[in-house]
Amino acid sequence: MTKRTFNVWRGDGGAGALAAYEVEVNEGEVVLDVLHRLQATQAPDLAVRWNCKAGKCGSCSMEINGRPRLACMARMSTFAPDEAVTVTPMRTFPVIRDLVCDVSYNYQKAREIPSFTPPPDAKPGDFRMRQADVQRMQEFRKCIECFLCQNVCHVIRDHEENKESFSGPRFLMRVAELEMHPEDTADRRAIAQDEFGLGYCNITKCCTEVCPENIKITDNALIPLKERVADRKYDPLVWLGSRIGLRKGADTPLPPNTRTTTATPEQ
Amino acid sequence: MSETTRHNYDVVVIGAGGAGLRAAIEARQQGRKTAIISKSLFGKAHTVMAEGGAAAALGNVNSSDSWQVHFRDTIRGGKFMNDPRMAELHAKEAPERILELEHWGALFDRTRDGRISQRNFGGHEYPRLAHVGDRTGLELIRTLQQRVVQLQQADAAELGHPEAMLRVFAETTVTELLTDASGRIAGAFGYVRETGEFVVFEAPAVVLATGGIGKSFKVTSNSWEYTGDGHALALRAGATLINMEFVQFHPTGMVWPPSVKGILVTESVRGDGGVLRNSEGERFMFGYVPDVFRNQYAETEEEADGWYADPANHRRPPELLPRDEVARAINNEVKEGRGSPHGGVFLDVSTRMPAEEIMRRLPSMHHQFKELADVDITAGPMEVGPTCHYVMGGVEVDADTGAARVPGLFAAGEVAGGMHGSNRLGGNSLSDLLVFGRRCGIGAARYLDGLAGERPAPAAADVERLAEEVAAPLRRDTGENPYQLHQELQQTMNDLVGIIRRGPEMEQALESLEKLRERVASVRAEGGTAYNPGWHLALDLRNMLAVSEAIARAALTREESRGGHTRDDFPAMSPQWRRTVLAARLAGDRVELERRPLDAMRPDLLALFDREELSKYLTEEELPPAEGADTASKEEK
Amino acid sequence: MTSTLPPPERAGLARARISARTLRTDRWWVAPLLTTLGLTAFLVYGLVRALQQDHYWAADHGYLTPFYSPCIAAQCAPEAAHFGRLPFEFPWWLPYAAISLPFLLLFRFTCYYYRKAYYRSIWQAPTACAVREPHKRYTGESRFPMIGQNLHRYFFYIALVISVVNTYDAVLALFHGEQGGFGIGLGNLVLLGNVVLLWCYTLSCHSCRHVFGGRVNSFGRSPVRYWLWTQITRLNTRHMTFAWITLATLVITDLYVALVASGTVSDPRIFN
Ligand SMILES: Cc1cc2nc3c(=O)[nH]c(=O)nc-3n(C[C@H](O)[C@H](O)[C@H](O)COP(=O)(O)OP(=O)(O)OC[C@H]3O[C@@H](n4cnc5c(N)ncnc54)[C@H](O)[C@@H]3O)c2cc1C
Ligand code: SF4
Ligand code: SF4
Ligand code: FES
Ligand code: FES
Repeated sequence: MTKRTFNVWRGDGGAGALAAYEVEVNEGEVVLDVLHRLQATQAPDLAVRWNCKAGKCGSCSMEINGRPRLACMARMSTFAPDEAVTVTPMRTFPVIRDLVCDVSYNYQKAREIPSFTPPPDAKPGDFRMRQADVQRMQEFRKCIECFLCQNVCHVIRDHEENKESFSGPRFLMRVAELEMHPEDTADRRAIAQDEFGLGYCNITKCCTEVCPENIKITDNALIPLKERVADRKYDPLVWLGSRIGLRKGADTPLPPNTRTTTATPEQ
Repeated sequence: MSETTRHNYDVVVIGAGGAGLRAAIEARQQGRKTAIISKSLFGKAHTVMAEGGAAAALGNVNSSDSWQVHFRDTIRGGKFMNDPRMAELHAKEAPERILELEHWGALFDRTRDGRISQRNFGGHEYPRLAHVGDRTGLELIRTLQQRVVQLQQADAAELGHPEAMLRVFAETTVTELLTDASGRIAGAFGYVRETGEFVVFEAPAVVLATGGIGKSFKVTSNSWEYTGDGHALALRAGATLINMEFVQFHPTGMVWPPSVKGILVTESVRGDGGVLRNSEGERFMFGYVPDVFRNQYAETEEEADGWYADPANHRRPPELLPRDEVARAINNEVKEGRGSPHGGVFLDVSTRMPAEEIMRRLPSMHHQFKELADVDITAGPMEVGPTCHYVMGGVEVDADTGAARVPGLFAAGEVAGGMHGSNRLGGNSLSDLLVFGRRCGIGAARYLDGLAGERPAPAAADVERLAEEVAAPLRRDTGENPYQLHQELQQTMNDLVGIIRRGPEMEQALESLEKLRERVASVRAEGGTAYNPGWHLALDLRNMLAVSEAIARAALTREESRGGHTRDDFPAMSPQWRRTVLAARLAGDRVELERRPLDAMRPDLLALFDREELSKYLTEEELPPAEGADTASKEEK
Repeated sequence: MTSTLPPPERAGLARARISARTLRTDRWWVAPLLTTLGLTAFLVYGLVRALQQDHYWAADHGYLTPFYSPCIAAQCAPEAAHFGRLPFEFPWWLPYAAISLPFLLLFRFTCYYYRKAYYRSIWQAPTACAVREPHKRYTGESRFPMIGQNLHRYFFYIALVISVVNTYDAVLALFHGEQGGFGIGLGNLVLLGNVVLLWCYTLSCHSCRHVFGGRVNSFGRSPVRYWLWTQITRLNTRHMTFAWITLATLVITDLYVALVASGTVSDPRIFN
């Protein structure tokens, strides 16, 4: 057992500051354990979001010594013995209180993506897919929606105004996943670029760097999606084809009323 | 205090795990305006933690599988305490539910011919668990979550707003169910965790899908959400809980480092070839095969090892016995001094499979041990020990509709009781969520049809009183720290009503709970209303207490050992007790027990077992006539 | 779209106001700094050499530096011009390989890896992860001119052709033995090594991965493309490594040829 210094950002509505605590740390503990000890001993109302404590639910996202991480997977033994640990909320999202952010941006973006669209005549049980078919997408479905990639992406982290036109790596990856599904019939390539802002991504790979599930977001989802978009939008033959009405298939539009609504939620 | 927001819905589903989402999807598909309420964010419910898979007799890997075999395995696993109708519906409908998920976009692992692959699991005769690596629960919840989005998109197109028919209230905790003067459900009362604001949901039908109770125990694989809210809400609304004495201790939880003690090590480790050894290097499970399972399990290591490749000609390795058996065996090894350095036993895959294979089949286990314990499971064994995992007991419901004994109340998933008897088989929970989640959605819709537009109204005074109660811990100037009380409660349950139980200890537990109750009544939460975890815990304590009392009381009453209930002082299984179900209800603020007969199994279902096996469980008078059983078991083969 | 998000974030909530550019405590500025140095060094070297118009052809051994391949200016040494010469002389500012160098530059400029490298190090968007970038506005690759990055695949096709040309150069050089006919010297190994690595870089390209397999949805139904995709993917995971290695081998190869061509060193022969 040792004593460590923890600087924890506390506050709400944007007003807040780092508070320093001296706290006990035992062998084998992670940052979340220490935060829990703070709650139990010194700061009972310290707000932290967590669930599984095993890196499976993606609730405990925060920034530890400036790095976006899951608190439940950040082992104390990885810090130098006399290093102070600074814990702050994710910077890209508004703070509700202390380390808890309002992540509704992400749910809004999720809702704008046209859903999986199997062939109209297919019935449950009809699909025959090989492991090779699903493997590529399974990597993306490992996502635990911790939103650390969304948080670190400079497109919105450093430019609040881009939030409207950019869905972020997590949801561009979801588009890529659906586009690669062998049984999907929709075509989201045009809206990937025009509505979800794929063009904003400059493939600088910070999303990949922070992903706790080690998903190769940039290499396996974003770049392949950029290539697919190039097939659709920046290929002279396709362009010519659509000019003279030869192109088959239609672009799937943004699902109506998911971005702006014409009604109130509960009429 | 902040004001109260009101919402009106046809169906309110409490819980956004597998059961809750499936119920809500169904209610919406039945044309009902539905709300989903969840303590955590959307998509984070406990179901994400399920690893191994969802059991369904699809017969994709071994075509001999059928719902009858699945039913038989379920009943055997539950030691014949299961509600037979529930087990039957579950076995019959699980395959449909899994295929439906695939149609909504789930990507299960595949067989060579392109169908859903299935894996072996403890207690299942054939490979039966549809899975996605070792993160099946994540796939399940994500698929349901995306299905909700799909329905919302349809509503947006048609009605102008995505939330017109189906809305998720995340980070909102329900603290009480509202009833009308005649005791029918009228809605639910709760608070928004983010702000502390109060909300009232007025709805004639409420579906409980709040999951389990693990947080009442110290060593548990469950998260903070599992405070038994649904169980307690049901009790306070006048419903009954059955089988509360049956608590499943998963045999393999992590034991080191201390801060992750209890976190689950999936059963697939054993299903895929992992073996258990004690400190002497012995595969001790061979010594723990109970009589009832004697002829289904291997007796030598060679036979056991042969099974993985050629299951038709070998018997199963004893590592794959139902969970209760394995948990007790480990407990015993440790007690007799053959444990590992940190008080568990060794679970080893490193000597059984090449490293790449381990990485492919058990990626998240590899990740978990690497990150949390600094152990490389491809190079050495893991240390594991029992951890509180699942509660078989829950709200007493009607098998076909999920209706509880209070009109308008429904329950599905872990919070419902009966389906798993005295012990749940691995993989049966995920399929249970889907099968009974859907049935609850339909059940609620039919109940609304029956009401014909009438809407039970909650009493206004109730709402005021509830708001007072909920705010009380914040207003106190003195009172104990909720974290401290929680720790004491967990310690009590772990030590006195844990995996091996004794009469006097449980009496002691009940006394301690009694004292805790008074202290909890005056607990104090510091701070404000916005996202205040101390306050939230203070409110949850009440639920944990009620549930703990139900468990302790039922466990003290049942004088036999069966499945998830092991009595040191009554070590044998009793056919008489098998016929008795203990139902807990609230009388004042005390838990009382009632005895009920367990439904008898239909003759055609009974015929799935041979007479010899039945005679180990049933009383003489329940046994079918001798020759009838013989012919039936032949037909089956 | 004229719409805005429904106030996605509840009124009154704001981001945590933390003024520090970053709270990272590691030396996050090292990687971008090294990248800048590496890229600048290469560009300066390349520019100097491309404009030198000399020491590109070691006539004795038939070594042609990739910086001058294909050599098409009228001034080119006739034996070095494997693909013929243009009828006019190039001014001092036009490299002899003016037909390939711009495309190779564009190929690398639009390469997904180099984009990452220079966006981070030179453009500082962002300098490192979770470090605030200095720009007021940012539109990434969504507008002209950066939208042109989407043309990468076409430069890839051209790069394929140029790789063939480089391979041809390297193979031809094998037939300049001391006694005439087949022979191997250190320079041949350098040229061949360079060509092999150039192929690794070119084939590990993301566009390549897409065209040869990535664009297919059902791998189960196209086993050949699946196989190709799997192989390219294996290379692709090392694309960054190849990107840097080939910068180094290009410089080494060119330098070696220059040293031999100028007579500074003589080429050790291994066989003939
Ligand atoms: C580590 C682990 C591994 C497992 N592996 C498997 C497996 O491989 N196969 C298998 O079949 N089963 C497995 N299980 C069991 C299975 O995951 C659970 O039994 C199942 O997920 C329970 O689902 P549920 O829908 O009933 O509840 P949950 O998914 O737990 O959802 C409960 C929901 O209720 C909400 N809630 C609770 N209280 C309130 C309240 N007061 N107000 C509002 N909302 C509330 C919560 O926020 C949550 O959304 C595993 C369990 C664990 C812990
Ligand atoms: S690679 Fe693209 S999406 Fe990922 S962090 Fe960088 S800019 Fe954002
Ligand atoms: S992709 Fe990775 S970082 Fe992004 S939300 Fe998913 S798990 Fe988190
Ligand atoms: S608590 Fe679930 S990921 Fe950290
Ligand atoms: S060359 Fe680098 S991605 Fe194409």
